[in-house]
Amino acid sequence: MTRIRSNAASVTFDRVTKKYGAFTAVKEMSLQIEAGKLVTLLGPSGCGKTTTLRMIAGLEMASGGRILIGDTDVTRLPATDRDVSMVFQSYALFPHMTVDENVEYGLRFSGFDKKEVLSRARAGLDLVGLAALGKRLPSELSGGQQQRVAVARALVLEPQVLLFDEPLSNLDAKLRRHVREEIRDLQQSLGLTVVYVTHDQEEALAVSDRIIVMSEGEVAQDGAPRDLYDAPANAFVADFIGEANILDCDVVSVAKDVATVTLGPVNLKLPARGRGEGPAKLAVRPNRLEIHAQGTANTLPGTLAKVTYVGSHLELMVDTERGALFAVTGDVDAELAPGAAVGIGFPPRGPVLING
Amino acid sequence: MLVGWAGFAVLPWYGLDRGLFSAWMLGGYPLKASTAPALFLNLQGLKLWLAPMGVLLLLPLALWGRRKSDPLFGPALIAIGAAGLAWLALQGFGIGLRGFQWDWLTALFGELDDRQFGMGWGALLVAGSFLFLLTLGIAARGAIGGDEFVVGSIGFVIAVVAVFIFMPILQMLASALIDQDGNYSLSIFLSKLFSARLWSLDCVTGGSRCGVAWNSLVLAVLVGVLTTLLGLVFALVLTRTGFRYGRVLRALTVLPIITPPFVIGLAIILLFGLSGAVTQTLDSVFGLPASRWVYGLPGLLIAQLLAFTPIAFLVLIGVVEGVSPSMEEASQTLRADRWQTFWNVTLPLMRPGLANAFLLGFIESMADFGNPLVLGGNFDVLSTEIFFAIVGAQYDQAQAAVLAIVLLFFTLGAFWAQRFWLGRKSYTTVSGKGDSGVHPHLPDGLKFGVYAVAGFWTLFTLVVYATIFYGSFVTLWGVDFSLTLSHYVKAFAVGWNEFGIHWRGAAWSSFFTTLQIALVSALPTAAIGLLTAYLLVRQRFAGKNAFEFGTMLSFAIPGTVIGVSYVIAFNVPPIELTGTGIILVVSFIFRNMPVGVRAGVASMSQIDKSLDESSLTLGASSWQSFRTVILPLLRPAILAALVYSFVRAMTAISAIIFLVSARYDMSTSYIVARVENNEYGIAIAYSTVLIAVMLAVIGIMQLVVGTRRIGRRGIDLSQSRTNVSASGPAPAMGAGG
Repeated sequence: MTRIRSNAASVTFDRVTKKYGAFTAVKEMSLQIEAGKLVTLLGPSGCGKTTTLRMIAGLEMASGGRILIGDTDVTRLPATDRDVSMVFQSYALFPHMTVDENVEYGLRFSGFDKKEVLSRARAGLDLVGLAALGKRLPSELSGGQQQRVAVARALVLEPQVLLFDEPLSNLDAKLRRHVREEIRDLQQSLGLTVVYVTHDQEEALAVSDRIIVMSEGEVAQDGAPRDLYDAPANAFVADFIGEANILDCDVVSVAKDVATVTLGPVNLKLPARGRGEGPAKLAVRPNRLEIHAQGTANTLPGTLAKVTYVGSHLELMVDTERGALFAVTGDVDAELAPGAAVGIGFPPRGPVLING
Repeated sequence: MLVGWAGFAVLPWYGLDRGLFSAWMLGGYPLKASTAPALFLNLQGLKLWLAPMGVLLLLPLALWGRRKSDPLFGPALIAIGAAGLAWLALQGFGIGLRGFQWDWLTALFGELDDRQFGMGWGALLVAGSFLFLLTLGIAARGAIGGDEFVVGSIGFVIAVVAVFIFMPILQMLASALIDQDGNYSLSIFLSKLFSARLWSLDCVTGGSRCGVAWNSLVLAVLVGVLTTLLGLVFALVLTRTGFRYGRVLRALTVLPIITPPFVIGLAIILLFGLSGAVTQTLDSVFGLPASRWVYGLPGLLIAQLLAFTPIAFLVLIGVVEGVSPSMEEASQTLRADRWQTFWNVTLPLMRPGLANAFLLGFIESMADFGNPLVLGGNFDVLSTEIFFAIVGAQYDQAQAAVLAIVLLFFTLGAFWAQRFWLGRKSYTTVSGKGDSGVHPHLPDGLKFGVYAVAGFWTLFTLVVYATIFYGSFVTLWGVDFSLTLSHYVKAFAVGWNEFGIHWRGAAWSSFFTTLQIALVSALPTAAIGLLTAYLLVRQRFAGKNAFEFGTMLSFAIPGTVIGVSYVIAFNVPPIELTGTGIILVVSFIFRNMPVGVRAGVASMSQIDKSLDESSLTLGASSWQSFRTVILPLLRPAILAALVYSFVRAMTAISAIIFLVSARYDMSTSYIVARVENNEYGIAIAYSTVLIAVMLAVIGIMQLVVGTRRIGRRGIDLSQSRTNVSASGPAPAMGAGG
């Protein structure tokens, strides 16, 4: 019985640039994706993440820099000659071929004999649990099934790198969670190198070993999901991954990498993360803000502007001297009404110093 | 990688094909100068100027074994290819200009063909292999992702367009400068260009006739405006009034595709001419004297309106349907009533479609040759003037060229003005997403007006076609209305003799020639058209806009101009084709190419690009993707392109009339010749047969296309509404004028 294996290889970008005429889509980007990892490119639309993915696939040619897959320089190699396959947002199943023919398609061009093609295709469909539907046309499958065919079609080639371009965006919300777990399981059990593009931060946090946040053609931050969420490097990342309140503050002193920060009446001791004294910025997640009675020690005084009940939690808008803050509390029974005076507390692990 | 190596291995083989191909074709062919390949000519010490090409062709062998990433590989191939092509062109034109004797020259170059050929198959293959060496070199340097197939295709399309569209036009321009004695003369050119015959304004000030150029321009503008209005009326009836018999109206759009253009003119004569049915009825009932009013502007206008309105309809129907209903619904929810919505939203959104329809009507009218010939009377237009300059007693090529330049100036001017006018604005009302909603109906007043005009015109059209059909059975129209089959017998009699079926009818020879040529030209037309469409839709490359403009240009060039320029350019080496069937095929290919391109572009934009991208990432080369993914999905478009190019080739007249020869006579030119001899009966009978044949062809195609198997989801995005692209004219489905 044929089994689908992995030929996972790393991907390296060495100062890669992509220009369309005068417009620069990707600027001198350097990155390293280790073999066997799932790395997500995350960012708002137009940030260059899809362009980056297509450059790995060879569907776009870099205008400058070098791209390596494993140790091979593939910068000038067209898509056909790269050992990379891709799952498209639209799945791109060939509508005039059956499921079997779709999965066999790539194998036919890879020099396998007829028997090998059939057994590999079967193994691929087994892997995604669709072996029974091989004779159907793509138009006779549901969206989730089409998606799995697309994955099987890419997997049977045992590519060095597997690319996903927003694979879940055409599925409904429930199915989305299910399919993303399937993708993650496959990736981990086969040890595949996967590059995954999405603009959905929750999806990115859920599936990735590492996330690369991109903004305007450049890497904004690169790290494990937890690092990105808990310690965003700058306001853009803080705001893009989860929501964040960005506040102006002053670093009074720094000692042993611990900064003493004042925020109006509030004094905080935070990791300095390399920053010196002077004005700085602070990012705080809404769920990391505490709501106290006004006057409580070391809190920022404010007035509740809005209270919204959304079932699992309350969403609060609080007007303070530092601007409006967005807070979330799980205590849905708290007696909070618009107009109430409150004090906002900052727990030790909540706020993070960031780059403007 | 495998494909790359295969392409590489083929390389030096190209280099040898001159020798191989000839040997393979001819076996132990003689060493005679007229049939020997260039290699043997050289070995015998003849035609030594061909030798450098042989040497150049051997050079790629030196690259054997090198990988294509080798930095030498690309530039070397580019140098070899470019040098080879340059040398080929140089010796081709150079020897002609040095004034060698013509027959000696043909003896020099004619290699395989005993007809009077300039460059033969050998030269063609050599040119082809140089071209592909060149494009391989460019691909190896990394252009378009190093894709040999795509670069090669671009090179091929550019080369054929350059040779068969631009070169003839340029040669025609050059010949306009030559006087009767063969000297260059600017003053004669200018005096011809600005002659009173062309530009006189006498008729405005009371004189008898205006300049030919003015006649053409006035007629074309009138036809353009009126066909657009009528087309719009029909489109509105179909889409905005809840009209139930839309299928009948849509059937009207088939008419211009299957009708040779001058047939309408014939019918007009049968109805309104001196001995026409209507004229005689009026004469006998009301005592109105028969007059020749129909010969001239009025008759021409009616005939061309009848002939070209369906084309405008075809364009506008897509446009009217393309206006997103949600726009109109939004307008209505913003308190605009139906009139205001129509006037402020619907009509402005249709602007590019209206411009396209006008352009089509304008160009078709300018290019129309058959109707003015039949109906023109003293109202001369450019296209007939060109014909008489070449065919008439004067035989003045330069005069024809000057007239063609004026004609070309008008049509290209309109083409350019349209692109400029629509230039930067986007009229696409909807993106790819499907759009629900219903088009609002027209306000009542407009609705009845529109019904009245459309009803009258439909009736008129039906009368015209009935006249054609009936006329084919009438002994002598206007004199003897008794029914007879004699016209059909004369044209299409079939008998038996000792060899089997004997095609006795006078029309059979031209009928078979037409069928044969139309069939032969259909395949390359569709192939080049679809290949070009693929490059335009799917590939990005430098100069793509110029590329698109170049390929669509032949649409804006009237058939008469193509005809004249082909006569001028291909009468002499290096490419000598006049009098052959090949020149007819070639002219059809490049006249009808825009139809194939547009059909391909339209259906290819409906196939999601990620399909071929996923094929590429699955390891298929771009050629394999094209063959296994795109072509099967395009099957309906391919069939349509084949049938339309076939049908258009059957009905074309304007370019053909210059290019036919005794041996290769075409139906249309045969019919026009009958008309000139006043043998209306045969002409009409023949036309009726042509219309019937083409109806059958189209019907069969509809049946075949109608039953395709592919599931709806995924490719059938035709439901999504997008406006007609503003970048170029819609396909000219009508007969070639």
